[in-house]
Amino acid sequence: MSENKNDILVQVDHLKKYFPVKGLKGPGVQAVEDVSLFIRRGETLGLVGESGCGKTTLGRTILQLHNPTSGKIVYDGETIFEGEDPWQADGEGRMVHVKVPKPQQVNMLPYRRKMQIIFQDPSASLDPRMTVGEIIGEALDIHKLWTSKAERTERIKELLGHVGLNTEHANRYPHEFSGGQQQRVGIARALAVRPEFIVCDEPISALDVSIQSQVVNMLEDMQQEMGLTYLFIAHDLSVVRHISSRIGVMYLGTMVELAESYELNREPLHPYTKTLLSAVPVPDPEVSRSRQRIVLEGDIPSPMNPPTGCRFHTRCPYATEKCKQAVPEFKEYGPDHWAACHLLG
Amino acid sequence: MENVQQHDKKLHDSAHAQDALGKNLLEVKDLQVSFFTPAGEVKAVGGISYNLKYGEVMGIVGESGSGKSVEAYSIIGLLQSPGKVIGGSITFEGEDVLAKSKEEMIAFRGSKVAMIFQNPMTCLNPVYTIGNQLIEALKAHDKEVSKEEAAKRAMEMLELVGINNVEKRMKQYPHELSGGMRQRVMIAMGLICHPQLLIADEPTTALDVTIQAQILELMKQIQKKTHMGIIFITHNLGVVAEICDKVSVMYAGKMVEQGPVDDIFYQPSHPYTEGLLRSMPRVDAESYERLIPIEGTPVDMLNPPEGCPFAPRCEKAMKICLQKMPPYVEVGEGHRSACWLRVQEQLNKKKEAGGHE
Repeated sequence: MSENKNDILVQVDHLKKYFPVKGLKGPGVQAVEDVSLFIRRGETLGLVGESGCGKTTLGRTILQLHNPTSGKIVYDGETIFEGEDPWQADGEGRMVHVKVPKPQQVNMLPYRRKMQIIFQDPSASLDPRMTVGEIIGEALDIHKLWTSKAERTERIKELLGHVGLNTEHANRYPHEFSGGQQQRVGIARALAVRPEFIVCDEPISALDVSIQSQVVNMLEDMQQEMGLTYLFIAHDLSVVRHISSRIGVMYLGTMVELAESYELNREPLHPYTKTLLSAVPVPDPEVSRSRQRIVLEGDIPSPMNPPTGCRFHTRCPYATEKCKQAVPEFKEYGPDHWAACHLLG
Repeated sequence: MENVQQHDKKLHDSAHAQDALGKNLLEVKDLQVSFFTPAGEVKAVGGISYNLKYGEVMGIVGESGSGKSVEAYSIIGLLQSPGKVIGGSITFEGEDVLAKSKEEMIAFRGSKVAMIFQNPMTCLNPVYTIGNQLIEALKAHDKEVSKEEAAKRAMEMLELVGINNVEKRMKQYPHELSGGMRQRVMIAMGLICHPQLLIADEPTTALDVTIQAQILELMKQIQKKTHMGIIFITHNLGVVAEICDKVSVMYAGKMVEQGPVDDIFYQPSHPYTEGLLRSMPRVDAESYERLIPIEGTPVDMLNPPEGCPFAPRCEKAMKICLQKMPPYVEVGEGHRSACWLRVQEQLNKKKEAGGHE
């Protein structure tokens, strides 16, 4: 492992994830379309976008909880997935399935110890018939992270303490906890295997406002202490901006903009980012009275039948003929500021 | 377009437009609601009072379980067993709502007061078309109206809430619409009988921010046109800042602070309100600031603490806070707060004034 702080832990190149639809020819739901990104060691990369934009699918595909359709995923210098795209456009713009070599995949078990996930709904992601101690202990058992029973118990206690729960909570069942406490259990479970990289999939959306900030602060503290790297997925832009060093904005499966988080707020380049920023309600009556809001017409199109060219063109106020035909390239427009839009030249 | 204008006029008339502005539409006094569960009595709402004028938008904020929805349900008479109003009064346009019989309540609901809910999918009937449901809502209160007339009004209503292709939409089923569209249909259904009061229970919580922005704009527009009163229940302070004229902050069934929206945001005078505002990251922040959370967990409503319910989590709590519920103190025009700190301040002020005389 290199000591260079700026080195890259996760790299994703042209990742695609299609979900086939029964009885339908073609690629089905195009949930993640040609996304490239990298995550630096020790940083938090935020992912925002509307529901159905593929942010959760992207997170899960990186962890290979979903099998990627094509693209390349590199974790800590080692390629864990590489595959060619089986869906190619024919002469008339239809997608046809072509034969490609079998994708290269590795055994994920050793990587599962390094890459973990915190789920959105804590009550649905904890087994109701297992005690908290068993839930956390199971992760330790799978990866054989203990030599004696005493060590295992000790580690469970340590983890519970870490997330602000009492050691006697180990014998309780998930339903005995409040939502905020359940989420702490979910975090303790993810931390049990001492991971390096955690995908936080809307970890605070289901929590009360006053509890959200407790969990956010806890995640920040742990990152500091253990040098964790986060991929933080949420739809609440203000929280994402608070916790992330960089933010990626997704729309209908594609990454439309990626920049340093305060830069993104000051100088959004993509029309969709601008809309998203202006749509977030600000808890300040004067600001919300004075600011101009861009209200988008219509709804997000279906990822089963996405628009041609730039996927945002159906709702974009500045769309031109070119946007309808050509897919814009995801390019770097400033230092560490990427965007995909024809208007930017 | 002409239709829509005509409709606007009707809506104007229905709310007595300008002359009614400034009068009280709804008065709630010391309302108490309890749930009698096998484990004991849960005081979901413990004595709250407020007035709502015509054309006013009041926000009710609070955590889940703070009693904000229960309070609203009791106005519209939708409280279900084991919930019961055990004290206080609700007066709507001078009429006692709690004294109404079942039949009167059915007539009152929908025609005078309408409610829109958080999840439009569970509130629309999946086996009837949108048009069918809108017409049903209208015919329930207006027996005379013909089918054609009802359909016409339903379509006008859909246009008003910004739905295009209304004729096609009338024939569609709820599952064929997107979340934002469904919420628009809910709003149209709520407004079809021209109510004077609209209760919106987290109408945008289940929606994406861009769709939320659309719905908030729509509600603002409709509110301007109709001058109806709106009670807006939410836990999102950003939404409150956006749409409300005044705000009630609830904690554990008590209204801890109430006041004009600017006062609540710029001069909060209850530690819970202060804590809420401090614990949220601001979208317009220029640089990183660590969040200051409210420590502890929300109150267990089965065993609420003695005294001020927020005291166990309050960093400024004093001895008296743990023993007695503080009275309301006026801290500004229409701005009151239930906190012993404010009582103390007021006493000090009085003492000072007395000393000078």
